[in-house]
Amino acid sequence: MTTAVDVLAQELQIRLPALDYLAMGPMLVLFGGACLGVLVEAFATRRSRPFLQFWLSLIALVAALVTVVRAANNSPQAFTADTAIAVDGPALFLQGTVIVLGMVALLLMGERRIDKGGPFVARASVPVGGEADRRQARESGSTEVFPLTLFALGGMTLFVAANDLLTMFVALEVFSLPLYLLCALARRRRLISQEAALKYFLLGAFASAFFVFGTALLYGFAGTLRLGGIHTAALGSTANPLLLFGGIALIAVALLFKVAAVPFHVWTPDVYQGAPTPVTAFMAACTKAAAIGALLRVLYVALDRVRWDIEPVIGAVAILTMLVGAVLAVTQTDIKRLLAYSSIANAGYLLVGALAFSREGVSSSLFYLAAYGFTVVAAFAVVALVRDEDGEATHLRRWAGLGRRSPVVAGLFTFLLLAFAGIPLTSGFTSKFAVFSAALGTSGQWQVAMVIAGVVTSMVLAFPYLRVVVMMWLSEPVENGPMVANAGTLTWTALWVGAFATLVLGVYPAPVLDLAHKAAEFLQ
Amino acid sequence: MNSFWLLIAIPLASAAILLLLGRWADRWGHWLGVLSVGVAFGLAVSYFVQLRGLPADDRSAEIDLFPFLHVGSLQVDFGLLFDPLSAVFVLLITGVGFLIHVYAVGYMAHDPKRRTFFAYFNLFVAAMLLLVLGNNYVMLYFGWEGVGLASYLLISFWYTRNSAATAGKKAFLMNRVGDAGLAIAIFIMFATLGTVDYSGVAEGVARLSSGVTLAIGLLLLIGACGKSGQFPLQAWLPDAMEGPTPVSALIHAATMVTAGVYLIARSNPIFNANPTAQAFVVAIGAITLVMGAIIGCAKDDIKRVLAWSTVSQIGYMFLGVGLGGGAYALALIHLLAHGFFKAGLFLGAGSVMHGMRDQVDIRRFGGLWKYMKITWATFGLAWLAIIGLPPLSGYYSKEPIIAAAFDRPGWTGWLYGGAALLGAALTAFYMTRLFVLTFHGPKRWTEEIEHPHESPPIMTVPLILLAFGSVGAGYLLSTSVPDWLTPVFEGAHEGEGAHHLSHAAVTWLSIVVTVLGALLAWALFRRGTALVEQPAGALVRAARRNLYGDAFNETVFEKPGLYLTRALVYFDNKGLDGLVNGLAALVGGGSSRLGRTQTGFVRSYALSMLGGALLVAVAFLVVRLG
Repeated sequence: MTTAVDVLAQELQIRLPALDYLAMGPMLVLFGGACLGVLVEAFATRRSRPFLQFWLSLIALVAALVTVVRAANNSPQAFTADTAIAVDGPALFLQGTVIVLGMVALLLMGERRIDKGGPFVARASVPVGGEADRRQARESGSTEVFPLTLFALGGMTLFVAANDLLTMFVALEVFSLPLYLLCALARRRRLISQEAALKYFLLGAFASAFFVFGTALLYGFAGTLRLGGIHTAALGSTANPLLLFGGIALIAVALLFKVAAVPFHVWTPDVYQGAPTPVTAFMAACTKAAAIGALLRVLYVALDRVRWDIEPVIGAVAILTMLVGAVLAVTQTDIKRLLAYSSIANAGYLLVGALAFSREGVSSSLFYLAAYGFTVVAAFAVVALVRDEDGEATHLRRWAGLGRRSPVVAGLFTFLLLAFAGIPLTSGFTSKFAVFSAALGTSGQWQVAMVIAGVVTSMVLAFPYLRVVVMMWLSEPVENGPMVANAGTLTWTALWVGAFATLVLGVYPAPVLDLAHKAAEFLQ
Repeated sequence: MNSFWLLIAIPLASAAILLLLGRWADRWGHWLGVLSVGVAFGLAVSYFVQLRGLPADDRSAEIDLFPFLHVGSLQVDFGLLFDPLSAVFVLLITGVGFLIHVYAVGYMAHDPKRRTFFAYFNLFVAAMLLLVLGNNYVMLYFGWEGVGLASYLLISFWYTRNSAATAGKKAFLMNRVGDAGLAIAIFIMFATLGTVDYSGVAEGVARLSSGVTLAIGLLLLIGACGKSGQFPLQAWLPDAMEGPTPVSALIHAATMVTAGVYLIARSNPIFNANPTAQAFVVAIGAITLVMGAIIGCAKDDIKRVLAWSTVSQIGYMFLGVGLGGGAYALALIHLLAHGFFKAGLFLGAGSVMHGMRDQVDIRRFGGLWKYMKITWATFGLAWLAIIGLPPLSGYYSKEPIIAAAFDRPGWTGWLYGGAALLGAALTAFYMTRLFVLTFHGPKRWTEEIEHPHESPPIMTVPLILLAFGSVGAGYLLSTSVPDWLTPVFEGAHEGEGAHHLSHAAVTWLSIVVTVLGALLAWALFRRGTALVEQPAGALVRAARRNLYGDAFNETVFEKPGLYLTRALVYFDNKGLDGLVNGLAALVGGGSSRLGRTQTGFVRSYALSMLGGALLVAVAFLVVRLG
């Protein structure tokens, strides 16, 4: 009997895997900062919290960025935590990208001069419309957003480094849940904000279920959750291939949902419109980077041997995404919804790069994510600035003649729209050029079809962008039109940083392209 | 010597200062303009002396200032070359340019935009120096377009006058035709040789097939014709006289219009390699020299007569460079000598106009020699020079070209020699007519002119200096230039020479026809002429209408072009716009229809996701099984 007990005890003994703390540094710093933020929320005085939380978050992000750089310099290629986390080029590049973009978005969240008390509601639990709601409208905004953002960023940095499906799922949930909450925290138009959060949560939970189910099928097929194991099993396993392809389909659905690809994009316009603008900027830049990063890892590490079966399906999704995003953008009248559809179309362009199945495909997608992130954060910074007495003036009709009243803001926004449209001398051109040429470099028929769709939809998309430009500069100003808010340095910094990065990456992209190219090798 | 980029930089800086300072520079701007060209001339002389000090074999200096175009395998540096050929051009441009700048200070004294004028003038000098100093065809093209711009700005300098604005546009458009030829020639060089450096092209030309060299040669010729006002692109040059007279003297007589000759001389390896291309150059030169002379006989506007005479004289130069061999140097001697006496003629004409309240009609002059003695004397010397009377400079520069034309083997020797001789006779005729009608015979002035006056010294001193050139330049040049230019043209093979006529016979013939032409004109016009246009025979009518060159352009190019653009506009409005609008409507309609799927209900969103998931799963199975 004792032997059996011993065996059992041995079996139950938990063997801790070796942890490389340096390689996991970014995540540890971010999660640690988030936990510290929760403590600050509990113990600091209400008045000091906005200041403390903002600077705590910013310092945490800077520290995380430092650890990313150190990890990149020291041990760029390593598994840690057994093989759950892969610290390789793409992971580090994307972690850096997400953290930097998170910093810029954080500046928008910390802005407290545009709307007195900040862009977030003071107490989200107060029902809309009552006396209590009116009272709290004058109070300083809630500061939970900062730890929540740090949690989301920590989840994203884990998500892009996750090397098995279960870790990936955990990371997905860790960064999704704070986002659902953040969406509900708008100071103005609270109903639409809460509605957006609920929709995002329900559909996100739905997508997560797909992910778990797909994980189960793939485990059934490969007998392992490691991406590398799936790679090995894809050709070697004798299990029923239905399990493999069913699993791929379900995992793909979940990831494409986060990426906002058609037909899993339906949440995007509603959520982008309802969420507080800084949160929208955060999602548009960082969530997209994290989701595409995970998708790239799954495609290149686990599924590269079945790429011929994947290309037609995901390729069709990519074409559909570009088409639907571009066509629907044409008739939008709300600037945030317009940017949402533009973000959907851009997800399509990113898929074009991802499906090149080459090193250039990875590097161009990485570059695209960085370039697009800066542009989109700056664009939402402009959206946050253009206001009338009801808050942000998001209806496009209200933007007529903005160029005459606020030439600097209108000029910057024009530049950003030209970048979205892919005009040369902006990062929009270099990044689109990079993904399209990567796709053509593979010269498969699906890649060619995707590039054709990409070029056609770029032309279609130019129309809604340029329509905004025309409205701002050539239309007569509307009566009592919106004014550009008297913003503090935070929003202006975010706007200028984004616009400057858009210009630099358009004029002199070589350093970042080189960096992306060096980073573009996954650890198998 | 390696600082010869200063030649370009100094006038360019002056132009920039004059343009940027605006009205602040109004009071002293013209002196800065003069000074910059004067300094450039001084530098040019010193560089020239240094170049002469070198042994004959390595008389050239080359500098690469900075990379200009580095794209793929196209490597073009901002490189400059100072060799005997560019040296003589630099001396001509800065020397004559300096005198004309001085003259313009007086001529433009009453113009409110004098500062702008000098800025453009400096810009021209800088661009022209770049043109002749570049060490590759792209630099040449850069300067080529620069002088084109300056020419355009200066022709339409008085742009409020409709004729001046139109003339500027005409010059610009006709030059574009030539420029396109030059550009395509450069493209072909790059495509076939991979380089556009003069040295690289000269080395590589042996590898090219005769078809390619012919194509490059003819395209370069088109470029040269455009810039130099040669047939069939000659029509813009006479109209360019709408500009201020110093402009006509410097740009449209002495320097810029000779750029075509420079281009062909510089490209001599290409033309030497292809006798067919050379034959085209000779033919163009012969046609133009006769044509210009015929039209010059029928014009009554003093500047237009001189303009057609320029066209005709450049025809001689083309004839020379086309003949090749030793005639390259002859053409360049004529170019340099012509620079002096034609500048003198134009400035003299400007002086006459200055005294006659801007009258340009030679039928309303007469008897002016008593009133403006300096102008009369200098103009007279230039007149004797251009008609080629020994021992003035035109004789030394023109007569050898005529002789060289006669030396061409076969019937073409007779043809081109005869044409050159006919041109000489006609030149003597129309130039004598011009001189006699302007300065001699009865006064035919308009009523308001009572006492014409001589121009101020600032205008007459340049005239006198140029007159020295008219007298002495030809002999000096003809004894020194051929040896000087030998390194540039060493690849040119000497033709066997037919010697249809002995050199002495040609000399006597040309002197005789010149004297006959001049005497005929003297006899016909010494008593003046009618004040209005007289009915005349078919040839004169044709000559008055520029031998129908303008009418030809109008019917062959302008009218069909108009119809074509109208048809295109119609097609664009009806066809393309319809298509575009239709597509836009399609996208817009599709957008609003698709937009209806965005209901806002989370249940329908979930349904859409489920449907999508099913589709993706089924698609995977289909792909797998299919």
